[in-house]
Amino acid sequence: MHTINTKDILETITMIQDENLDIRTITMGISLLDCCDSSSDKMLTRVYDKITRKAEHLVETGEKLEREYGIPIINKRISITPAAMVLAACENRDPLALAKTLDRAAKTCGVNFLGGFSALVHKGFGPGDSELIDAIPQALAETDFVCSSVNIGSTKTGINMDAVARMGRVIRETAELTADRNCIGAAKLVVFCNAPEDNPFMAGAFHGPGEPDTVINVGVSGPGVVRAALAKMDGGDLTAVADMVKRTAFKITRMGQLMASEASKRLDVPFGIVDLSLAPTPAVGDSVAHILEEMGLEQCGACGTTAALALLNDAVKKGGVMASSHVGGLSGAFIPVTEDAGMIDAARAGTLTIEKLEAMTAVCSVGLDMINVPGDTPAEVLSGIIADEAAIGMVNSKTTAVRLIPAIGKSVGEEPSFGGLLGAGPVMKVNTASPAKFIGRGGRIPAPLQSLKN
Amino acid sequence: MRAIISVIGHDKVGILAKVTAECAARGINVLDVTQSVLQDMFAMIMLVDLSTATTPMDEFADTLEAIGNEMGLAIHVMHEDLFNAMHTI
Repeated sequence: MHTINTKDILETITMIQDENLDIRTITMGISLLDCCDSSSDKMLTRVYDKITRKAEHLVETGEKLEREYGIPIINKRISITPAAMVLAACENRDPLALAKTLDRAAKTCGVNFLGGFSALVHKGFGPGDSELIDAIPQALAETDFVCSSVNIGSTKTGINMDAVARMGRVIRETAELTADRNCIGAAKLVVFCNAPEDNPFMAGAFHGPGEPDTVINVGVSGPGVVRAALAKMDGGDLTAVADMVKRTAFKITRMGQLMASEASKRLDVPFGIVDLSLAPTPAVGDSVAHILEEMGLEQCGACGTTAALALLNDAVKKGGVMASSHVGGLSGAFIPVTEDAGMIDAARAGTLTIEKLEAMTAVCSVGLDMINVPGDTPAEVLSGIIADEAAIGMVNSKTTAVRLIPAIGKSVGEEPSFGGLLGAGPVMKVNTASPAKFIGRGGRIPAPLQSLKN
Repeated sequence: MRAIISVIGHDKVGILAKVTAECAARGINVLDVTQSVLQDMFAMIMLVDLSTATTPMDEFADTLEAIGNEMGLAIHVMHEDLFNAMHTI
């Protein structure tokens, strides 16, 4: 049948050309469990060979899809089995050598990030976990593309407070080792509660142990499209707003599903999930904060922001879930401060505070993300923030995360810039009353009653 | 495989001729054409069949985009499946 629906075609073209609609990432998950060996050298060789073999055509396939479909695919990335598991079998565990091998493999494949220098320690430290965590600061300082994440809690297990205490120190040390580069190391490190095993977004992507050998996961985006759709509404109550978000999310996700199945077919790698996220970038017109403002808030962070975000997050999922055969990852609205033009403005104006962001994380898809904090913030305070976020995730059975950047040598109001998608933003004020004694107790916060579902 | 060619910009003489000539030179069959003027902007949309094309789609897309740049028009060639996925259930 030959039909041209001008309105639909022009709408899609406007979404892509004017409203920053894109595929944010095609991420290939690769299991490295079959690379384990008691010899570190053998393991490293296998890791490099497997990644470069499996992901050999990832970037060129992504670029070809981009050309044929006319949809920008911003990132092509790789996620791997949590590296601590790959290290576990080695007689002499050398996490730094593994990080450098991963970086080399990422460069050979031409991807711009590789996630999975990770450890899952929500109940305790297994073989390889401690060594990996200790190596994170140096690994992130001495590699370019490796991203790291550590899962320190879950609804099922409670929160490992020994890991929380350590991660506060690790974040500080990572920032210190990259102080000459605006502490960028810390921007590549995520501390999770309830980490998803199939998340395609960085810096928290890893390929969970329950995943197949290789898999293609796709993350869609499009805050600008949602904002533009709301801007075109002529009045309407919040039910109408939610409906409009749902309809827009459906279209965006259908595009993601199409790209995911095409990429999967061409690479001969099974399709995993589409992550229906609204992921902002610092570009004007690509902001989640501006969607909230379009709903009627003077500025993001005003009273009413949490409610607006809850509506948005829920409507994105409802609209997206019917458009994809498998939905996973984080799926919702992201609120990374330095990567969102509207959030940056709100933080500068003092309308958006860390306390308000914490409340927002109870209803959005992730957590305290890409926030510059004063360079002299003590490790225990960072651990206190991690514990609070993890508690929100644990009790609400959702993913929460912390990606804070202690801006070494800088104080409130100064603005370090990371460049590119990581953006720039003001150093935000942190409550520094000391939680040191609480954090110092260690141990585990028991799993909440809602974990007992069987 | 079918694709949608969209041409958006200020109206001028010879747009249709130029684009169809590029299609013909590559064995690309034009199935349908529609054009409209939105505000003062000209929008032409063509449905084409690439199954007998003599050049790969990405090269064809690059060529038309370059021609568009010369003429001050935005020309995009996009796989038909994209529109079907987004606008039909």
